Amino acid sequence: MFKTIFLIPLLGFSFVSYSQDFSSGGTFTGNIESTFQYLNNDTIIDATQPAQKGLINSYMNVFYTNKNFKAGMRLESYLPRIQGYPNRFDGTGIGMRYIGYSNNLVDVTLGSFYEQFGAGLSLRAYEDRALGYDNLLDGARLIVKPHPGVIFKGVYGYQRLSFQQGKIVHGEGIVRGVDAEINIKEAFDSLLTDDWDFGLGVSFVSKFQADNVNELILPQNVGAYGGRFKARYKNLNFDGEYILKEQDPSNDNNKIYNYGHAAIFNLGYSKKGFGVLFSGKSVDNMSYRSDRTKDLQDVFINYLPALNKTHTYNLVATLYPYATQPLGEVAYQAEVLYSFKKGTLIGGKYGTTVNFNVSTTYRPVQHTSGISSLDSTGITYRARPFDMSDSLYWRDVNFNITKKINKKLSFIFSYFNITINNDVAKISNDAKGIISSHIGVIETSYKINKKHAIRTEIQGLFVNPIKKGPDAGKINDKGDWATILVEYTISPHWSFGFMDQYNYGNPIEAKRVHYPIFTFGYVKDATRISIYYGRQRAGLFCVGGVCRFVPASNGLTFSFTQSF
Amino acid sequence: MKAIAFFFILVLALFINAQESDLKKLPSVDLKDLKGKKVNTSTLGFTGPVVISFWATWCSPCKKELNTIHEVYSDWKEETGVTLVAVSIDDEKTKNAVSTYVNGKSWEFEVLLDPNGDFKRAMGVNNVPHTFLIDKEGNIVYSHNNYAPGDEEKLFDEIKKLGAK
Repeated sequence: MFKTIFLIPLLGFSFVSYSQDFSSGGTFTGNIESTFQYLNNDTIIDATQPAQKGLINSYMNVFYTNKNFKAGMRLESYLPRIQGYPNRFDGTGIGMRYIGYSNNLVDVTLGSFYEQFGAGLSLRAYEDRALGYDNLLDGARLIVKPHPGVIFKGVYGYQRLSFQQGKIVHGEGIVRGVDAEINIKEAFDSLLTDDWDFGLGVSFVSKFQADNVNELILPQNVGAYGGRFKARYKNLNFDGEYILKEQDPSNDNNKIYNYGHAAIFNLGYSKKGFGVLFSGKSVDNMSYRSDRTKDLQDVFINYLPALNKTHTYNLVATLYPYATQPLGEVAYQAEVLYSFKKGTLIGGKYGTTVNFNVSTTYRPVQHTSGISSLDSTGITYRARPFDMSDSLYWRDVNFNITKKINKKLSFIFSYFNITINNDVAKISNDAKGIISSHIGVIETSYKINKKHAIRTEIQGLFVNPIKKGPDAGKINDKGDWATILVEYTISPHWSFGFMDQYNYGNPIEAKRVHYPIFTFGYVKDATRISIYYGRQRAGLFCVGGVCRFVPASNGLTFSFTQSF
Repeated sequence: MKAIAFFFILVLALFINAQESDLKKLPSVDLKDLKGKKVNTSTLGFTGPVVISFWATWCSPCKKELNTIHEVYSDWKEETGVTLVAVSIDDEKTKNAVSTYVNGKSWEFEVLLDPNGDFKRAMGVNNVPHTFLIDKEGNIVYSHNNYAPGDEEKLFDEIKKLGAK
């Protein structure tokens, strides 16, 4: 299969000699990223030195386009992989490659590609390098645009599962999908005024995996299908998507034969100086992978976004993040942003922005009356969209105020109240039951002159004592934390930083430790060099509701990125 | 495998024409704006310089950069005819908050959505913020990764250089 794919560029090349479709030259774009770590032993935080001492991940993307022709590849290298990265990556080789042709009507890709249908509830192939997540599809994709505003997509391929000895390792199952989308305004230009916009989409995805067990009759072809809509009237937006998944007994759902569903909607209104958004999500039995025996982040076909704000301050973002529960959850989120105008009492000379956000996630109700879990159907409960119980998984109430005092000085004040059910969304081995915490952050930016600036953060995290059970009244999890951060930048090249996280409230006295880290950065145009030295706390690292565990470490990290 | 890789690189290399200038053109990717209208990235600009800034609602330095430019944007436009296009790489999790933020902050930039990172990949962006300057002919003439206060002045100097041509 590889050989055939790599012969095709050659055909393209022979074509170039007489076709007017190609101009000489064409365009190369791409990037390079390399991260090197040298780690030490540090028994206080349980950090260990790997046998190789030095670790390195490297990547280089090269994309080529010339009129209608395109080709690209990514070389990657793990010698060996850096700490906390999924353990199935090793060697050096090609991790992604494709060739393609596109014109106004068609877009064909052969080889590796990334794709998303609608909100991704049925299919999303994407890469998040920081997570070590790459579920690209390897096969063929055809996109057809027969009429303005109308798009058909067809995809066929195996998913990337891992990268071993420098080669892509595919998941066991084949993934197929078709998607159609129409934007009414683009398609029928005169039908709607500018005040209106309306769109519809449908998708059908199917996976095939051979039934390789004797005890059960497993469905070999499993479909997931549904539709979506979006509507806009002036500044009011409303969109939603519903996907139904067929019977898919897997390791994730304990081999039940239930159907699954995922539904999501967003209702938003915004005008100058004001924005509000309300979202809801319902998920049941929606883990959809091209291999029913896999777990963690492996070969997911679909994507279930976590419905909460992505936080950036380090104590908020990394101590208690929330990962989507694909087996079932009902979640809501509301977000409001308001800017007080310049010249008003609260707005002051530069205006003041206030942002309020709340998100909640609950366990869905699983109705079991009239259902025998022992009968031959394998259906163990019945679920309805947005049917939630009062069992809390997650709640986040937060607000922040951004205030510019004068040309030089500005502040951001933030408060977060995060509640997470550690029995379900496991975040810590030290915690019991519900963890409830209050976090306050004051960020200050001061511009010394045209090029020099200093930025500081003071963060405090306070955990409520355990409420129920034999440990009631005791300190929950690792107790209270404080963080200070100072960053000095000289535009456009230099930055120097120091951060210390201090777990001063840990119930175990020996673990009341500091996690100091020094950072240095140099940027020139599209080149960036960063050096970190110090301690990193163990924790969950999450992007978009997908998380991986990163162990504690102590040492030097050197990273280099270049775009071209 | 190595032979195949070498082969592939060789084939790509054959396309390079040494006579061609080393400026690169904007890749062509279909994105949507906040009103759901399709915009092809290769058609951005052409009436004056264009700044393309990759950002996300969860990226503080990105927001700092764009809010800083927001304050001086009308002056920049008047002086150089520049257009700023802010490309959000927010995915489905946070994509809907883009419009809330952009309007809440009264930004006047054109804002495009790149939820599965297609344009980000095509532009070779490793991490946000990453800012590109495009001339009238669609050539990428300057790019800068990351943001520190003051970087906007360097960007403005580069924009003015284009105007002087």
